[in-house]
Amino acid sequence: MRRRQFLAGVAALPAAALAQVDPLDPLVWVVTNGAPVKQGKVTVELPQLADNGNSVPIRITVDSPMTEADHVKSIHLYSEKNPVRNMANFYLGPRAGKAEVNSRVRLAGSQKVTAVAKLSDGSFWYDTASIVVTLSACLDES
Amino acid sequence: MTARIQLPAKAKKGEVVEIRVLIQHPMETGYRHDDVGHLIKRNVINVLSCRYNGVEVFRADLSSGIAANPYVQFYTVADKSGELEFYWIDDEGQQGSERQSIQVGA
Repeated sequence: MRRRQFLAGVAALPAAALAQVDPLDPLVWVVTNGAPVKQGKVTVELPQLADNGNSVPIRITVDSPMTEADHVKSIHLYSEKNPVRNMANFYLGPRAGKAEVNSRVRLAGSQKVTAVAKLSDGSFWYDTASIVVTLSACLDES
Repeated sequence: MTARIQLPAKAKKGEVVEIRVLIQHPMETGYRHDDVGHLIKRNVINVLSCRYNGVEVFRADLSSGIAANPYVQFYTVADKSGELEFYWIDDEGQQGSERQSIQVGA
């Protein structure tokens, strides 16, 4: 192997190794049926720090013209640490006009939140956002 | 279950309108205990759907990962005057619905 090829290979490795969406994750598999999930197009906006995990504002936007031919079909929201990892699924269509959803989520601790979007052409895209939660949403006593 | 739904009363044809839905609901996670130590049964709103003149334009599957008094904001294209119908149901089978009309001008 030539030195240049080797270096290119090494440089490409971490990106693949660090992919945050595991296509083999059963929760993701249910949605993608094993199709690759690429990073991009989707943006997840969360505050960097939340004092209280009981209600954290979240905004998910997808870069899409939202036309009949090219639109977002669904957005799936996953938490890394919540007992129920699939927090919500949103189903949109060309009638949405704008691929954006805002909501408020419960988070059990500092973690990464991932959104996977399914587009009308059958491709899947994702983005993650990290958040520090000072007081996590209570699992036991309130 | 009371809900507050905000959307513009009037819009231009083709305009993208913002819809904000806030439903009064505890979204019980099923992981909490009451004063005597019994587990409180899970009770969350599973489905929230929005129909525009009978055609579904938005649907959300919610879980215990959504905050109490769930808030969802989304968009739709105003194409015809008519009615937007919101419908939701929780684990106990309680249903709620709300209607709002929209005037679409040229």
